[in-house]
Amino acid sequence: MDLITPGFGLVFWTAITFIFLLLILKKFAWKPILGAVSDREEGIKKALASAENARKEMENLHADNERILKEARAEREALLKEARDIKVKMIEDAKGEAQAQANSIIEQAQSAIESEKKAAMAELKSHVANLSIEIAEKVVRAELSNKDKQIELVESMLGEAKLN
Amino acid sequence: MTLNTFKSTIFSVLFLTTSFVGFASENSDPTEDKEFNAKEMILHHVKDAHEFHLWDWNGTPVSLSLPIILWTDNGLTTFSSSKFHHDDSGKVIVEENGGKFVKLHEKIYQLDNNANAVEFDTEHHPTNASMPTDISITRNVFMMWVSAVLLLIIFLSTAKVYKKSENKVPTGIAGFIEPLIMFVRDEIAKPMIGDHKYKRYMPYLLTIFFFIWINNIFGLIPILNGANLSGNIAFTCTLAVFTFIITTISGNKNYWKHIFWMPGVPVPMKIFLMPIEIIGMFVKPISLMIRLFANITAGHVIILALMSLIFVFKSVAIAPVSVAFSLFITVIEIIVTAIQAYIFTILSALYFGMATEEEHH
Repeated sequence: MDLITPGFGLVFWTAITFIFLLLILKKFAWKPILGAVSDREEGIKKALASAENARKEMENLHADNERILKEARAEREALLKEARDIKVKMIEDAKGEAQAQANSIIEQAQSAIESEKKAAMAELKSHVANLSIEIAEKVVRAELSNKDKQIELVESMLGEAKLN
Repeated sequence: MTLNTFKSTIFSVLFLTTSFVGFASENSDPTEDKEFNAKEMILHHVKDAHEFHLWDWNGTPVSLSLPIILWTDNGLTTFSSSKFHHDDSGKVIVEENGGKFVKLHEKIYQLDNNANAVEFDTEHHPTNASMPTDISITRNVFMMWVSAVLLLIIFLSTAKVYKKSENKVPTGIAGFIEPLIMFVRDEIAKPMIGDHKYKRYMPYLLTIFFFIWINNIFGLIPILNGANLSGNIAFTCTLAVFTFIITTISGNKNYWKHIFWMPGVPVPMKIFLMPIEIIGMFVKPISLMIRLFANITAGHVIILALMSLIFVFKSVAIAPVSVAFSLFITVIEIIVTAIQAYIFTILSALYFGMATEEEHH
């Protein structure tokens, strides 16, 4: 059976052709192609790793930002609260002070009024006394100028005295 | 192959029936002088030939003459296959370099010094001729070189794509070839040999995969007319021997221990297993050889046999059936081209993997 008997010629040429093909392709095709592919795979791996790192970094940054923002917010709250407290306190203080001042002013005013009143009263009294004296003087002078009346008066008085 | 086989056979039959004597005398093919013989036709197409027969034109074969290279007692003898004038029955005697040569059933015989014609015994074997070492550029060798050139063109231009582009992006032909190379690497080499050792075997596996595949495909192209290289046992035998040599060379201590003194079994079993393992060492490449040869040849035989039905029944009515069936088989064969290349490669890789496997207990 020729069909299943390997012919020497074809074996010979197959071996030569195959070795030739293997060596040429190995040097000029498989090496550069596989090299390029593995280079690219390495590159992709590196790129992915660095992307992952960048993502993590971003996450960290984000967390930091969050934290800073939170702190800032808390600080703002505290500041606002403080400010509010101060405001309240200031208003209270101011109110108290104003009250005290008003009280003292009122007191002063009152005492001033009192002393003024007293002075006025004293002055009024002296005026009244003087006026009374003047009036009395005038009355007396007028009374004394009219002898009839004087005698009448004295007589009335004496009459009254008799009765007693 | 099938189409032109069909055409050439139609021509042959046509000129037979009209008994065109003028041309019949030029027709040297013995099949044309008698009834259509499917077996002979199929075998003729499946086997190797010394000339590249394309088709018959007006009863004359149109073929490409290929050089015949012989190593005889007088040294290297070369002449063109056209000197045989398409004779394949040992009638035409070519005298070259002091020897007389005839071609009989695609074999070159050298006549004994005093003989002037081939004499046959009862079994149609020549009695007065010997066979010199024949390293002719036959049809299969020719197609092998065509395939080798094509492979070089494809893969060298693929490599060029990577050299040109800075970022190693596969464009153009590389976009088509790279997935195939990746397939061999990721689906064949890595799982069979292991991630650390596969690199050494990549060039061999890639070359063998594409070499077998392209020749399987060439076998199916009708115009190439029986370029049945990967269905030739000499071809598959050579490749299997390469795989065997590489396996044996790269076999480590663990591999040889598994062959000669199987670990982990009792001593009588070790002795019993040793001859089996030694036989297995040789059976593996032999199975590779037979599998590829038989699968590809069987495909060719089926397609040719279906086509022959038309001539066996001598009826055009059978043609649609034949064509439909052979189309179906051809489609299957297209899948088989890739599958057989894949199987040869993956089994080679598996044997390399077994040879280099480290001890693990």
